[in-house]
Amino acid sequence: MGLAITFWIMAVVAVVAALSVVFQRNVFRAALALILCFITVAGIYITLSADFLAAVQILVYVGAISVLIILAIMMTKEVQKGNLANKMEIPAAVVGTVLLIILVFTVTATSWNIAAESPLSPTTAPLATKLFSENGFILPVEIGAVLLLAAIIGAIVITREK
Amino acid sequence: MTIGLNHYLILSAVLFCIGLFGALTRRNAVVILMCIEIMLNAVNISLVAFSSYIVPLLLTGQVFAIFVMVVAAAEVAVGLAIILAIFRGLADIDTNNINLLKW
Repeated sequence: MGLAITFWIMAVVAVVAALSVVFQRNVFRAALALILCFITVAGIYITLSADFLAAVQILVYVGAISVLIILAIMMTKEVQKGNLANKMEIPAAVVGTVLLIILVFTVTATSWNIAAESPLSPTTAPLATKLFSENGFILPVEIGAVLLLAAIIGAIVITREK
Repeated sequence: MTIGLNHYLILSAVLFCIGLFGALTRRNAVVILMCIEIMLNAVNISLVAFSSYIVPLLLTGQVFAIFVMVVAAAEVAVGLAIILAIFRGLADIDTNNINLLKW
């Protein structure tokens, strides 16, 4: 019961925050709504008993990515009324609605193969075993490290003054 | 009313479509990046939901969500760097006015 209440609160707040990101005229307020959306997604992870992922969500998205976005907003102009729409609003609304209908229909029409076991409760140690063990995902982890290094160097090179 | 896999998947679909609408219609490049982040978060929700409902003992969906976060962090760093470089050159980040590559 508590899980259901938590889920509904988090889901409603997440959807309202996402709508506010799209329709808020003030870009800075849109960024604050985006941070709220990230926090509620972390709460959704907790209801799915993914505790490590919730912590990572708070650290990476709420802590790092939102700071980067606010920094970019502060370095560009048009903060007050900068969130305008282009001429594609009606076609984009049609595309989004049709995609949403297709997705909801597919999700409700499929009979998912729900497992009987309850999920692992502290996930940190099993995740570490999965990521770093011999038969796990150690090669993708190393590729991810190289990707992050390339992104850091690329960002420095692109933003550097002549 | 118990919460099942369908609730999480429909929440994920709603968030994804909101992000898609925003990414298609907004003119501010920073807001477009923010909408892309919403879409990536929506996909992560469905991955974690599949992980804990379909294969609760394997955690493969959560591992995949971690890699999605890595790629999202790299993407937002490079994307904001590109936006700042464009702003330095054109003094504008309105996507209606950034049309140097349009014929």
